[in-house]
Amino acid sequence: MLPSSGRDAADLSRPGRGSRQGNRLRLQLMHPDPRPLVLSLTGITKRFGPLTANDRIDLDVRAGEIVALLGENGAGKTTLMSILFGHYVADEGTVNVAGTGGQLAPLPGGSAEAALEAGIGMVHQHFALAENLTGFENIVLGTQSLWSTRLKRREARARVERLIEESGLAADLDVPVARLSVGEQQRIEILKALYRDVRVLILDEPTAVLTPQEADGLAATVRRLAGRGLAVIFISHKLHEVLALCERVVVLRGGAKVADRPTAGADRATLAELMVGRAIPARERPPTTPGASVLELRAASVGKPGQRDRLEAADLVLRAGEIVGIAGVSGNGQGALAALVAGLAAARSGEVTIAGAPAGEADPAGRIAAGVGRIPEDRHRDGTIGALSVAENYVLETVSEAGNQAFGFLRRAGIRARTGEAIRAYDIRCPGPDAAIRALSGGNMQKVVLARVLERAPRLILAHQPTRGLDIGATTEVHRRLIAARGRGAGVLLISEDLDELFALSDRIAVVHAGHLSPAMVAEGLDVRTVGLMMAGHMPGEAA
Amino acid sequence: MIRFVPRERTPLWLTIAVPVGSGLAALLLTALPLALSGAPILDAFRLMALGAAGSGFALAETLTRATPLIFTGLAAAVAFRAKLWNIGAEGQLYAGALATVALGAGLIEAPAYVLLPLVLLAGALAGAALLLVPVLFKSRFGADEVVVTLLMNFIVLLFVQMMIEGPMKDEMALGWPQSAPVLDEATLPKLFTGLRLHWGLVIAVAAAVLLHVLISRTVWGFRIRAVGENARAARYAGLPVGRSLALVGLLSGGLAGLAGASEVAGLKGYLTSDLSPGFGYAGIVVATLANLSPLGVVPSAIFIAAVFVGADSMSRAIGVSNYLADLVVAFALLSVLIGGLLTRFRLVLVRREAA
Amino acid sequence: MLDALDILLQANFWAATIRIATPLIFGVLGALLCERAGVLNLGIEGIFVAGAMSGWLAVYLGLPLWGGVLVAALVGAGFGLVHGVLTVPLGLSQHVTGIGVTLLATSAAYFGYRVAFPNVGTPPRIEPFPPLDVPVIGNLPFIGPIVGQQTAFTVLAFACVILVAFVLARTPLGLALRAVGDNPEAVEAQGLSVVGLRMGAVMAGSALMALGGAFLTLSAFNAFYFGMINGRGWVCIALTVFASWRPGKALVGALLFGALDAYQLRLQTITGGAVPSQIFLMLPYIFSIAALVLVARRADYPRALMKPYFKGQR
Repeated sequence: MLPSSGRDAADLSRPGRGSRQGNRLRLQLMHPDPRPLVLSLTGITKRFGPLTANDRIDLDVRAGEIVALLGENGAGKTTLMSILFGHYVADEGTVNVAGTGGQLAPLPGGSAEAALEAGIGMVHQHFALAENLTGFENIVLGTQSLWSTRLKRREARARVERLIEESGLAADLDVPVARLSVGEQQRIEILKALYRDVRVLILDEPTAVLTPQEADGLAATVRRLAGRGLAVIFISHKLHEVLALCERVVVLRGGAKVADRPTAGADRATLAELMVGRAIPARERPPTTPGASVLELRAASVGKPGQRDRLEAADLVLRAGEIVGIAGVSGNGQGALAALVAGLAAARSGEVTIAGAPAGEADPAGRIAAGVGRIPEDRHRDGTIGALSVAENYVLETVSEAGNQAFGFLRRAGIRARTGEAIRAYDIRCPGPDAAIRALSGGNMQKVVLARVLERAPRLILAHQPTRGLDIGATTEVHRRLIAARGRGAGVLLISEDLDELFALSDRIAVVHAGHLSPAMVAEGLDVRTVGLMMAGHMPGEAA
Repeated sequence: MIRFVPRERTPLWLTIAVPVGSGLAALLLTALPLALSGAPILDAFRLMALGAAGSGFALAETLTRATPLIFTGLAAAVAFRAKLWNIGAEGQLYAGALATVALGAGLIEAPAYVLLPLVLLAGALAGAALLLVPVLFKSRFGADEVVVTLLMNFIVLLFVQMMIEGPMKDEMALGWPQSAPVLDEATLPKLFTGLRLHWGLVIAVAAAVLLHVLISRTVWGFRIRAVGENARAARYAGLPVGRSLALVGLLSGGLAGLAGASEVAGLKGYLTSDLSPGFGYAGIVVATLANLSPLGVVPSAIFIAAVFVGADSMSRAIGVSNYLADLVVAFALLSVLIGGLLTRFRLVLVRREAA
Repeated sequence: MLDALDILLQANFWAATIRIATPLIFGVLGALLCERAGVLNLGIEGIFVAGAMSGWLAVYLGLPLWGGVLVAALVGAGFGLVHGVLTVPLGLSQHVTGIGVTLLATSAAYFGYRVAFPNVGTPPRIEPFPPLDVPVIGNLPFIGPIVGQQTAFTVLAFACVILVAFVLARTPLGLALRAVGDNPEAVEAQGLSVVGLRMGAVMAGSALMALGGAFLTLSAFNAFYFGMINGRGWVCIALTVFASWRPGKALVGALLFGALDAYQLRLQTITGGAVPSQIFLMLPYIFSIAALVLVARRADYPRALMKPYFKGQR
């Protein structure tokens, strides 16, 4: 995966393994934990073709314990939890779950129903909610016999309300879920699990969609639930959250467990190294002098007033040679801003100037011609066409230009040759220019998009969640390329939900909340908490 | 338990084996209704084979029947490639036939080298114009084109009936509702004397080759494929999605219209309301059997035509209803759909072990 | 002009409206059940034909009328099984599979009919459902003749509207069906079977579609004719969008369509041949397209409609 770091990884994994055993030993000798085991995984192995997603993983969880499952994207966290929850069947290994009597019994694989039955609940990163049903209906879905002639509402309702009272998870139960905020939807998800009397609750990246303040509220709830004896598995790659909330941390890397230790005494640096397998290089961000403006918004409004993801009278200036980050919980106007810059939407009112010229109507092709490079949020949905080849995806935006066609006929040899060059220049791992792009990994797919965007030396780059779902190697590569583009004199608009990424790359940061875009603040010396408050809608001035 | 593992590449032999196997499977499945009807199964199949390809005459009949199926098959293939669900080839075929008769039955008098291209073009344009209506409804109002094209088939057929019972009725036809015949100058010549096979087949095969080149080698074709596979990404990349869909509509409707034009100008000579025994719908089967490849449409249309011609001949010989042919066609469609899974996935047998 | 308005005051007109609407009520209910669960069923046209033919044949061969109804429902469910297996666990194109099921069901019905009656000139007949004889209401003016011209089969259609509406709105099963058409992952995560729910919905919906066909041969007419369905199934698909997937609105849509169709039939006789009959016959199809185009922009399609779901693929 990471050829350059191969030696480092080997060096580091040895002490990692050693310390794991050491910790275990110490834990057992010094603190025989009196709490009963509720879940025990032994030797879980799962392979997808040549890839071993889970390699002989052991994991014990006790009642009332909050265990962090830490790892990079692709480390095997989601696979492990999917096995536990019955989406996948493990190739090897066993899952034992405590029954109501407390004794461990094997859990049959491949059945979500069996997992629910055994008291395992999971809140997925992408919520599993039917948006046309109310919160209440989502909670009771599947809890009553399908053949009963009436939905028993009254008792169910009383029970849900009692749970809300005990847990503090407030949410409107009676409107369709589509109309709830992301935080409320998440609370409905947790209530769903509690309603089923779970003994083990798995939270998959629960804070990814929350503001820092909402995340604090969630942490308080999780502590309260654990205090009542619930075992919580907290999946995350955010080290500070893990250290603050969890008492034990299990680190996965490359599908294997590399550490299992109490959080007490651990620090961010050691956990980060365990997780990544090498020291994280500091990003080099040479200073630049911003030039002429490449993007200007003057009181620009995008989207209908009733819409959630819209922009109201936004002002923004982005200059050549700088990166401006847009922070915010997704769905607060990022989509509208991205659509505007990408040329998918036009401003309802206000002025938008791109590279000195008015932006005008929605016109993606016009934006490309004006020198805007666009990295879409969802590379599968918007960035690539899965059934077409790598070469065809590479020339997707430029197919009608002279180099790629003559008299309407594709110049296939030329297209293939230039794609070959891009494959080498960007180190895209694929069978060749003619391979269908859907066969590529997410990181390599993103590199094709990146190559397509950067090939034209764009003056303005829209990078919308450019590293979502990528492993650390690909993420580093994307960051390096964006910083290089900035050095070359491009203006980069970076929209991200990852505050770490925003602070690492941006010269200035603006926050968007409920369609309102704050002024862009100099990132150097900016406090994360301030940004967090603004993400929750407390704009400076109002708060004071 | 069987798991589907996506293939990165489909081996060439499978792309041929699957449609061939599906055709054979369809024939095998038909043995069941044949047996239920009490007919001698082996005899029936032998008679079908002889009727479809047992003689030069039979072969010519099969190819004659294949001609409109190539056109409607291409119409479905190009539309489905772009995920434009045109189920209205039947109506477009009649529109094309109507236009051909309207111009070719005496309205214009000109030498064949002028009139013949003119009536064929008119047929194609009529079919294309008809499909532009649902395409417009889809892009303007978001109305699902499946239902609109399906319902328009009925409207067009009623319109054709109205015309051949009214303004376009041939007074010489002893009261039968049919149009006047097209002029000799608007008639496609026969390929061989004494056989019904006509130049429509040559045009159809040429259309298949041209469509293949268009789709795989040109910028237009590239856009059509891109829009069909992922319209969102195509729009994001600045490709003209609306214009590409309109182009597909013109091509698909035009090809279906040509089917009608070629039937009138090459075979029947005049228009009746039973010109097509469901060529438009059978075109969907032809295209699916060909895995939406324009070149594949030709053999696939010949196979379906052979089934129809063979079943007709067998039906005359031993009195089994020729609706059997429609059964074979339906079975072929469903078999190739299932068979298509094999080209996209490898089937892997996994034993589910007790945990 | 007066004649044209007079039509609305005739009991006969309203009786015809209900008669024309009845098969559509079954069809739209069936289609909306499938689509609520996330499956477009274009097999509807063929399933109408198969239901019409099989229900009629069963009665012709000696089964009681309700036995014919049951046979039609089972045949419909059988074709629903075919459509369901191909589109739900195998995830094949719902458009193409549906057309395939229509071709299969239609040709099977026609072939079966020809096997049963190789050489008949006039179609054989059965004794269809008798008109209702309701005490009290049957004697009311205006209402009486309208009700008196309907049959028990129509009552079944109205009962089905109430049943489907109740199941969807008030039962755990309905909740699960609505959820599976919106987000199958939500259903899977709550331990329910996506495949089971969708297959069940498609089979039940197809059974209802077949009843729509059977109504034509067992109640509206007394014989099976080739081409008698004539696009009714496709009309139902359009009406389902018009009804925004709600049983109550489905009833309204079907009755509205029935009224328009009954009206054009009567208008045709009034105009006395001045306008070609085909113009009138086109009207129902044009209405359907117009209805579809009118609501299409606002239509709230089930989110997971036509999206196959494979377990463990997230």
